[in-house]
Amino acid sequence: MSLLLFLAQTVRIAIPYLFAAAGGALAERAGIVSLTLEGFMLGGAFGAVLGAHYAGSAWIGVVTGVSAGLALALVHALCTIRYKADHVVMGVAINLFTVGITRFFLQLAFGSSSNSPRVVGFGADGTAASTFGFLLNPLVWLGIIVMPALWWLVQKTTFGLRVRAVGEHPQAAASVGVPVSRVRYVAVLASGALAALGGVYLALDQHQFTDSMTAGRGFIALAAVIFGRWDPLRAGVACLLFAAAETLQIQLQAAQLIPSQFVAMIPYVLTIVAVAGVVGRSTPPAALGRTTD
Amino acid sequence: MNARFRTILEEGVLPPLVALAIAMVAGDLLILMYGQAPGAVWRMLLEGTWGNAYGFGQVLYKATTLTCTGLAVAVSLRAGLFSIGAEGQLAAGGFAAAVAGLAIPAGTPEFFAVPVCVLAACLAGGAVGAVPGVLRAKFGAHEVIVTIMLNFIVLALLNYIVSTKLHVPETLHTPELHAGFVSRLSGTFAVFHGSAANWTLVIVGAAAAALWWFLFRTRAGYELRAVGLQPDAAENAGVKVGAAWRNAMMLSGALAGLGGINFVLGYKGYYEDGFAGGAGFLGIAVALVGRNHPLGVILAALFFATLSQGGLAINAMVPKQLVEALQGIVIVAVATSVPEVRRIVRQAAGKMAGGRA
Repeated sequence: MSLLLFLAQTVRIAIPYLFAAAGGALAERAGIVSLTLEGFMLGGAFGAVLGAHYAGSAWIGVVTGVSAGLALALVHALCTIRYKADHVVMGVAINLFTVGITRFFLQLAFGSSSNSPRVVGFGADGTAASTFGFLLNPLVWLGIIVMPALWWLVQKTTFGLRVRAVGEHPQAAASVGVPVSRVRYVAVLASGALAALGGVYLALDQHQFTDSMTAGRGFIALAAVIFGRWDPLRAGVACLLFAAAETLQIQLQAAQLIPSQFVAMIPYVLTIVAVAGVVGRSTPPAALGRTTD
Repeated sequence: MNARFRTILEEGVLPPLVALAIAMVAGDLLILMYGQAPGAVWRMLLEGTWGNAYGFGQVLYKATTLTCTGLAVAVSLRAGLFSIGAEGQLAAGGFAAAVAGLAIPAGTPEFFAVPVCVLAACLAGGAVGAVPGVLRAKFGAHEVIVTIMLNFIVLALLNYIVSTKLHVPETLHTPELHAGFVSRLSGTFAVFHGSAANWTLVIVGAAAAALWWFLFRTRAGYELRAVGLQPDAAENAGVKVGAAWRNAMMLSGALAGLGGINFVLGYKGYYEDGFAGGAGFLGIAVALVGRNHPLGVILAALFFATLSQGGLAINAMVPKQLVEALQGIVIVAVATSVPEVRRIVRQAAGKMAGGRA
């Protein structure tokens, strides 16, 4: 197996994780729990296929996919910030809702319970399937820079400082004039758009929507955020690490060295080890999940 | 207004009603989008569930599992923890019950075999629940994160075993048990013919009653609730908070694991990969709507079971996935309306009090 091939496949698998984990890191740093990533991704994937199908353009698919993510994120933001609903409950509800509603509209729009028809993607057909053809996809490049960009946003800008402030100590932030709710709305909406981009990439890369196609990727992204201690760069590295493990598993599948189920467990085991603090405790933002201000 | 009555009204009755209204409006819109008449679809849903013995039997069957996962989540929440782990614990419980039923020699009397299988289910679920409990008590690891991750680990492990080790070739289920079967309701009441409802619902009902007694009538239950309300105060009063958390999570896991007997002992007679099918996650909704009270949990389980069975009943008119979306909407609506309804009621009460003064 060539190293280049391995890297290419790792990046390809990591892109959806990077987008979703970026969304998760941003929202959680602002104090809003992000069990919603799975739902945002699935909504994004379905929105993208709808747009790409009816408009025949991948770019329109990006717009509709991101819109779907924004719509779901708006519900999450309204309920958790304005109505003070429990963040974890909302996450579960949004994920459940998205699975149901995408299935419903899959029936309504395409008359199928399993998948959509083939839609356009980025890059000419045929090249996209080759090993490096995916590099023609602009979303890949966006995915590669998303974590460094987010790190810069969170650590180096006024907005980032406000995000951190409302996530650690909202009362203190409010007392110095930071509009706590507004910062949180922006963070959650941005997380919806980012996670949706992960789903958009997935759907356009596979040229179709299939039922529950995100298959737990939102939770792997969440695991990456936690394993990366809520820091964008570390979370990005975690995404690449998890993707590399998956690539290794796919490439070693024929050899049957380790059962695939055990490789699939790696992100989850590492995350539990990280929160248990065996090697450098992962500590969440202080006000994460608090509904009472 | 009587304070106790007011709390029940504000938190137990009004929010679910508001949520139901919101969900029905959303459902109406989706049904209209599909070009059907909402009234006819809702009627079909009711007739296909509570309107005939088979449908009602299916509701009872689904409610049995949901009661267990709902109680599991409720216990954790009563202790101030939020377990998302019922899905994996339910699967682990079902698997353990199947393993026990396979280990027992054929011909063992059921009055011995069934309790052994039930105990195995509870122990397996409890063992899975002990992990987040101990990690929380010893290391402060957040139980939400640990239970989410543990679900994936447990399900992957079971998938590995059932796809390679303990299975009937070409399937994803274990061989049929030797002993430990629980008979279906239809064995006694012929009207339930064809439905999966079985007598494990009595075991589950007894577990709910026992949980009520434990939570509200024993010292340990009182301590568990005290830890959930105010861990620092409980600690000062001499309660060992870490131990209470660990025990609560183990109890939560055992209850979720108990749910596995419904499918394994009462319905199929074997463990099948993926049988949990989201019932663990729906347990969160059941606990939320049931206000973490055993009786409320049973009622909420019947409600969500009705929706889920109702989906099959209306599938001829609208896609059954409609109810999955509705379940999500109900949870969103309840989660937001509990704090909101309380605020509105308080405000209205304040105005009335102000008017009198």
